[in-house]
Amino acid sequence: MAETMTSKSLPLAKAINESLRRALETDPKVLVMGEDVGKLGGVFRVTDGLQKDFGESRVIDTPLAESGIVGTAIGLALRGYRPVVEIQFDGFVFPAYDQIVTQLAKMHARSLGKVKLPVVVRIPYGGGIGAVEHHSESPEALFAHVSGLKVVSPSNASDAYWMMQQAIQSDDPVIFFEPKRRYWDKGEVNTEAIPGPLHKARIVREGTDLTLVAYGPMVKLCQEAADAAAEEGKSLEVLDLRSVSPLDFDSVQASVERTRRLVVVHEASVFFGSGAEIAARITERCFYHLEAPVLRVGGYHAPYPPARLEEEYLPSLDRVLDAVDRSLAY
Amino acid sequence: MTVESTAARTPRRSAGTTGTKSTAGKRAPAKKISATAKNAPGGDPELVQLLTPEGKRVKSAAYDKYVAGITPDELRGLYRDMVLTRRFDAEATALQRQGELGLWASLLGQEAAQIGSGRATREDDYVFPTYREHGVAWCRGVDPTNLLGMFRGVNNGGWDPNSNNFHLYTIVIGAQTLHATGYAMGVAMDGADSAVIAYFGDGASSQGDVAESFTFSAVYNAPVVFFCQNNQWAISEPTEKQTRVPLYQRAQGYGFPGVRVDGNDVLACLAVTKWALERARSGEGPTLVEAYTYRMGAHTTSDDPTKYRADEEREAWEAKDPILRLRRHLEASNHTDEGFFAELEAESEALGRRVREAVRAMPDPDHFAIFENVYADGHALVDEERAQFAAYQASFADAEGGN
Repeated sequence: MAETMTSKSLPLAKAINESLRRALETDPKVLVMGEDVGKLGGVFRVTDGLQKDFGESRVIDTPLAESGIVGTAIGLALRGYRPVVEIQFDGFVFPAYDQIVTQLAKMHARSLGKVKLPVVVRIPYGGGIGAVEHHSESPEALFAHVSGLKVVSPSNASDAYWMMQQAIQSDDPVIFFEPKRRYWDKGEVNTEAIPGPLHKARIVREGTDLTLVAYGPMVKLCQEAADAAAEEGKSLEVLDLRSVSPLDFDSVQASVERTRRLVVVHEASVFFGSGAEIAARITERCFYHLEAPVLRVGGYHAPYPPARLEEEYLPSLDRVLDAVDRSLAY
Repeated sequence: MTVESTAARTPRRSAGTTGTKSTAGKRAPAKKISATAKNAPGGDPELVQLLTPEGKRVKSAAYDKYVAGITPDELRGLYRDMVLTRRFDAEATALQRQGELGLWASLLGQEAAQIGSGRATREDDYVFPTYREHGVAWCRGVDPTNLLGMFRGVNNGGWDPNSNNFHLYTIVIGAQTLHATGYAMGVAMDGADSAVIAYFGDGASSQGDVAESFTFSAVYNAPVVFFCQNNQWAISEPTEKQTRVPLYQRAQGYGFPGVRVDGNDVLACLAVTKWALERARSGEGPTLVEAYTYRMGAHTTSDDPTKYRADEEREAWEAKDPILRLRRHLEASNHTDEGFFAELEAESEALGRRVREAVRAMPDPDHFAIFENVYADGHALVDEERAQFAAYQASFADAEGGN
């Protein structure tokens, strides 16, 4: 597609960068804060150049203390600011987990609606980049389980751009999971588009035999699986959830009522993962439509393995196709 | 100086940590720890005091000026604040005993620390309390009956923090110090000259969030005062279980001043907090104030202090009672007459009655309140579950209707 004034091909990380830039430009209350987000532009360069253009008081290099980052962001939000904080890696969010769960998620309810906390917590997440321990995890279910939080994860550059805009505009705290292994994947971004609702799923590819549901980094894998299955004459529908909380069960239900089969794919371990919730609810909603039990493909109930083993741990094309075959065999 | 220093107190629970032979050679025995604390930089802790327990005004070169212009009327006001706060607190304790409240965290003994610091704040300042700051709430003009909803179990707070610049009570220990710091960072960004004050206790001083709030506030020079009420006990654990150095000295390592003030001296608490707030306003950054006081009651109504502390300790602190101290001073200065005390007594009883009646009249919340304010912008699942709940509730109405 030819580049126009408003549409351009961007890597996912750059799309987030441009989205943050737009938010900083349009709303003086928006702040970006985190470890190394300033001069360095973040370890993934997602905030590259922002401090240079917006100054140290709006793009804030913080001390290395995740609870402090989220806790002070809450205070800034109470003062009327809209902080976008970066947690450098998925496995480093846990010092902030207390502030997120006991304060960020609950203060609106505690105040009977008097207090709003428009805080976005950005977390680069997921594996597949050959990293050391704590740099490849997918803790989204730990946040989706907490009422008061919204949890989203874009799969492509356009969604990354627009979902970030919408997350910043949300008056609720949003945990924004960025698929770090897709940071460098390019996609078309139309900065004048009118985006759909933040928490609505999107049909990536239509199909008739089975529905693959994914979000974030696994959407691309499911598209590849659908391509491979098509060569074998199987028609798979791919649904990108985009949002884990709230989760667009209506769209999943509508798809499953057509295809009658569902496989959920995520990097997080399947035990108590988001796939478990989807399986339970879709079984309840689509009991008489289902030709097979809902199957899940994901990580194992083991610590994320050393990099040399991650390909065995992560959902792969073959593991997805294996689940597809098992579902179709019913 | 009548107040015993933290560092000088004998670690009463040292036996458990030194008795294990296998570790004795590896770590310093408790005795050594005690000696180290005694020789801590700064030596014996200095305590800012303007009123002795006998009510005698003592001079302080550094802090006199912050209360220099105080009028007899204002002194009587501080006394009135403390008496009414104590009366409210006693009423709440009684209401818990009567089953009207599920729990109460009494501030008995800490009235001077709270009224002194609370009266030092300006209207545009912002206060971040723990769950025991009933006296500070009083100073901020929060209706005391509003504080009782969470202890009765009809809400989890519920007052509008922005009405009085008094944030909701925070139960997770120390979490609010970071909120205060962030808020103060925002105040500085706005170019305002307001200040922020964060309350916490000796137990909270061990929390990482408190340490991180010290770091952030120092690095960003945030206009925040950390007001630590060291009431000697974190439920059953004495301050020795939290620190080797007097708490106010922690500030030094972060690069801002720390001061220990007699927490049972309302005048000293007022002066020191005014000084700290003025530092914040004038761009000098954070200050740590350790108000050295005593929790005369239990941690909460669920606690039994007889399991872990002796009556003599409480009796020693009762001799330093914050209210008695100011009364002695007022009487010695001829600032009061019998009429004042009689009027205040009547006002106290009226407050107790009003609180009692308000609590008893407090209705249980509507069942659907469960689903209110979970999100500001709504959430599909909450809507779905509310509808399911409504249908379930309605099924009983149908059943009753059918009978």
